[in-house]
Amino acid sequence: MFSLSRKDLLALAIFTVVVLTMPVWLAPFGAAYPGLMQKFAIYAIFAIGFNILFGLTGYLSFGHAAFIGVGSYTTVWSFKLLTMDILPAMVLAVVVTGVFALVIGYFSLRRTGIYFSILTLAFAQMSYSLAYSVLTPITNGETGLLLARDDPRYLDALLGAQANVAGLPQPTLLGSSVAGYAGFYLCAVILILTFFLSQKVFASPFGMALRGIKSNQTRMNYTGFNTKPYMLAAFVISGMIAGLAGGLLSITDPLAGAERMRWTESGNVVLMTILGGVGTLFGPVIGAWLIKYFENIFSAINTNMLNTAFSFLPDGVQSFVVTVLSKFVGEGWHLTLGLMFVLIVVFLPGGLVEGFHRFMARLKRRSAAPERVSSVQPAE
Amino acid sequence: MNAFLSQLLNGLDKGGAYALIALGLTLVFGTLGVVNFAHGALFMLGCFCAVTFRYLITLETVTLDPEKLSPWGQPVEVRTPLVQNWFGDFGAVLVDYSVPISILLAIPAMLVIGIAMERGIVKHFYKRSHAEQILVTFGLAIVLQEIVKAFFGANPIPQPIPSDLRGAADIGAWFGMAPHLLTYPWWRLIYLLFSGLVIGGVFAFLQFTTFGMVVRAGMADRETVGLMGIDIDRRFTIVFGLAAVVAGVAGVMYTPLLAPNYHLGMDFLVLSFVVVVVGGMGSLPGAVAAGFLLGILQSFASMTEVKSLIPGIDQVIIYLVAVVILLVRPRGLMGRRGIMEN
Amino acid sequence: MANFRTSRRNLLKGAGAGIVALGTPHIFTRNAWANQFCNDPGSGKIVFGFNVPQTGTYAEEGLEQLKGYELAIKHINGEGDGGLLKTMKPLALKGNGVLGRKVDYVTGDTQTNTDAARDGARRMIERDGAIMVTGCVTTGEAVAQQSLCQEMGVIYMSGLTHGNDTTGKDKRRYGFRHFFNGYQSGVAIAPILAAEYGKERRAYHLTADYNWGWTQEESIKNATEALGWETVAAVRTPLGLGDYSQYLTPVLNSGADLLILNHYGHDMVNSLPQAVQFGLRERQANGKNFEIVVPMFSELMAVGAGDAVKGIIGTQNWNWQLDDEGSKTFTKSYGEAYGAPPSQSAHTGYVQAILYADAVERAGTFYPPEVIKALEGFEFDGMGNGQTLYRDTDHQCFKEVLVVRGNESPSSRFDVLNVIGKTPREEVIYDPSIFGGELGPYEPNQC
Repeated sequence: MFSLSRKDLLALAIFTVVVLTMPVWLAPFGAAYPGLMQKFAIYAIFAIGFNILFGLTGYLSFGHAAFIGVGSYTTVWSFKLLTMDILPAMVLAVVVTGVFALVIGYFSLRRTGIYFSILTLAFAQMSYSLAYSVLTPITNGETGLLLARDDPRYLDALLGAQANVAGLPQPTLLGSSVAGYAGFYLCAVILILTFFLSQKVFASPFGMALRGIKSNQTRMNYTGFNTKPYMLAAFVISGMIAGLAGGLLSITDPLAGAERMRWTESGNVVLMTILGGVGTLFGPVIGAWLIKYFENIFSAINTNMLNTAFSFLPDGVQSFVVTVLSKFVGEGWHLTLGLMFVLIVVFLPGGLVEGFHRFMARLKRRSAAPERVSSVQPAE
Repeated sequence: MNAFLSQLLNGLDKGGAYALIALGLTLVFGTLGVVNFAHGALFMLGCFCAVTFRYLITLETVTLDPEKLSPWGQPVEVRTPLVQNWFGDFGAVLVDYSVPISILLAIPAMLVIGIAMERGIVKHFYKRSHAEQILVTFGLAIVLQEIVKAFFGANPIPQPIPSDLRGAADIGAWFGMAPHLLTYPWWRLIYLLFSGLVIGGVFAFLQFTTFGMVVRAGMADRETVGLMGIDIDRRFTIVFGLAAVVAGVAGVMYTPLLAPNYHLGMDFLVLSFVVVVVGGMGSLPGAVAAGFLLGILQSFASMTEVKSLIPGIDQVIIYLVAVVILLVRPRGLMGRRGIMEN
Repeated sequence: MANFRTSRRNLLKGAGAGIVALGTPHIFTRNAWANQFCNDPGSGKIVFGFNVPQTGTYAEEGLEQLKGYELAIKHINGEGDGGLLKTMKPLALKGNGVLGRKVDYVTGDTQTNTDAARDGARRMIERDGAIMVTGCVTTGEAVAQQSLCQEMGVIYMSGLTHGNDTTGKDKRRYGFRHFFNGYQSGVAIAPILAAEYGKERRAYHLTADYNWGWTQEESIKNATEALGWETVAAVRTPLGLGDYSQYLTPVLNSGADLLILNHYGHDMVNSLPQAVQFGLRERQANGKNFEIVVPMFSELMAVGAGDAVKGIIGTQNWNWQLDDEGSKTFTKSYGEAYGAPPSQSAHTGYVQAILYADAVERAGTFYPPEVIKALEGFEFDGMGNGQTLYRDTDHQCFKEVLVVRGNESPSSRFDVLNVIGKTPREEVIYDPSIFGGELGPYEPNQC
């Protein structure tokens, strides 16, 4: 059950090393702090889950942010009502999101293509609007659902495990804190497990069936294959992973806001997946990292920092360089992001991973070409 | 009764706007098959055609008066408007009517932008996956937005209604009701009329001209039309340009109702996709019908009577209607089989 | 020395309580053992974090605020003309940085989104070692950031946030607000409304359907009903709607003679002109001229609403046209730096940064509990709002509230609002217990 092909095993090993050593190799990029690395891990989980649906079946859900939102709210409520331990919170987040995904999936999967996309979008937007307004007693609307010191926490109270810190209680894993780096390693381990899960799904007969649906659902149906349960299963799994990601967002930072469910967030995960490469194992992860990196690091560069960085240049050149560059960082980071989207899709068709493969293949062909010529020559 | 009638008017007015905004998208998306996430940006660019035009005709010469200082310690600026100086009264009229007149600027400008977009980028993506179309058009939309932001800033820039067209029409009185019972702003009536004209024009163009016939044939079976020796690609370029113009003029006329800002396109993007898909892929009449349907239902859903029955209904009505329609009718209102279904 | 002892005792207490604080792999964090509190600058750089929206619909408001912050840094460090350091009383800052050391800053983009705001604040705290975080343009951002900062043990000085929750239900020991709130708007605007429009009015509320809108609606409703006004209806409108026609037509024949728009930012920029287009202001109802009131204004909103704003009454935190010494000095200083007069967003940002720096100077340490105590109950003057009190029970500033009216004939885009009245501080003071919430402890939780 846990066996993998050699190639997959190697990929998993590489992935594990890359993820666990993030604090080291991200440091030169200015991204090696727990807050961002947690987000890297969580959004990678989200994108991997999304890719199981979109990459394998080709069904483009435009409402996955709703699952992140539901997972987040469930987790915070578990902290408020049950216990500050994260295990019940995570389990609840996954289960509740699973049920939610089952309902949405049941209806949305009655349609295909763009009709499916708009159905998922509509469900998610309804969730967002209601969470922001009418459902405020449950979601706390604009200001987001926060913990409070006097929350009941029945389970903790029952076990007499009320933390007696002065401030707000912190989420814990069996008594140990999950703030800062501990939180990152928690997310990292779950990311690796999710990656493993996605490898298993990709290699399984289930995954093959999903691919079959992608290439020709009608033909699958004609061969007497009932695709419905397979699609629904993929949708629910994908939703549950998103719910888990949402739960982790609340675990590492116990606040759940409605904006997490907006269509722009759904769009973000679509972009992450496409940017990295739809249907590839690594693609969504890389896409997620890239977008989060721009959002957090590029946006924080200001002219002050640029001036310091280019202070070695002569005055006139320095101010010119800084003026030009400042259009692309800080308040202009969106411009860089947009340009990157266009350039990547134009020059690396299929996303970063696919583009990389094609590039390598071309290199190989080029280096292989002279050999063939030389092997032909003696025959002349 | 008059509450009902005024909501019906609101619905028609909204519907006209929705239909008009979605019309350009359905040309590109429903017929050329390009998932155009830059459609909202085209609408926004249209709005900024009006802003630019007004900016140009209200250009002023600024001279600094070093004698006097403003409270924030800068020399006071003395401004003299140029156009009014040159043309006198005519200039004043020009400034007053800047919004409708800027349509004349928007048509060529949007046509050029649309064609440039199609020739430059979109053309290469007809045969690529929808996913890649999303990425490239979304990236393009962001770039366009940021360019506008660099020139005009992020704050909304209000555009005035021409002074003759301000105020509200007493529609009730036209039909013998008591005065002031049913009034409606002139500009909204004009927008409704305008959207009707543009929609009708686009229909007529596709229905009654040879060009339109070829395009329709190309939509149905691109390959065959190509094999018949017709340069369908060039026609599609023009369709894309047309879509940009329609989005653009929809934006120009909408500016007095909604002060344009660089982010406006994103707000309308989702809405226009919903309208097009609810209308059904590949169907122009479907999109128009969906626009009006959503507009009217949205208006009625915001009535206090309805809201007290179902709290929060006005928050979700558009999406709720979309869900119901798509679940009841597999291809929206009038969708054609086999477009964007896989 | 006292601080040192307190904090060490707590550290020990924390360690004794369990593995909570020490079980985490602190070896990875910088200066793990040297830290007596989060981001103790020690002998390193002193960093302020400025977290404002730089993209999205509120970018302009955020960038204005950022300019205010950058100017404050200059003045704290003794560059420029010194600005409000010349007028602030009492003043501990010496114009040579804070505690004799120059201040540095980092910036972030909140995108007007609570998640992005918290991400930015965490970057400033975890990566850049910010000792204080400040900035926001919505209550959502403010509450999100100040609750995070409480947990991290870093002081948060909020920017432009008008909801009652920031210093009410969701107040925090580590969060401070200079800006006024919805409650104060209601109390401040009521007497002016009574004077302008009489005591017999029938008001119709259109309210943005989320926390801020509701608290504002409630505050204004209470204040106007106390005047003797009647509330005909209070209708909720979805956030970011764009076209408000379906909510405006029912106003026309509702029997109301005054419309109150509890809308902020782009909601107001759209709803107010549309209301004017529907002919509301030319109407007569109950034998009176129909009027529109927008309780909360900002200059950028007024510019965005264009001509529709002329004659409309609302409230503001500060306006550059005030003629006290502080306002004049700040306007001149800001104008010379950026070529335009400051908005209230820039002003509140500037003042918040100065107030924090001054509190550190007075406390003689960066240790947050001491700085908090220096800010709590602090009385000052000369910052443009008259005599001001930072109340200790909820960290809300109490000062005059301005009532403004849209200028009928503005000479530039900078004087779109005219000050028509000031409601004195005594009248806008309220009992903090009406909003509930608790501040929480002084001692930092963790970093």
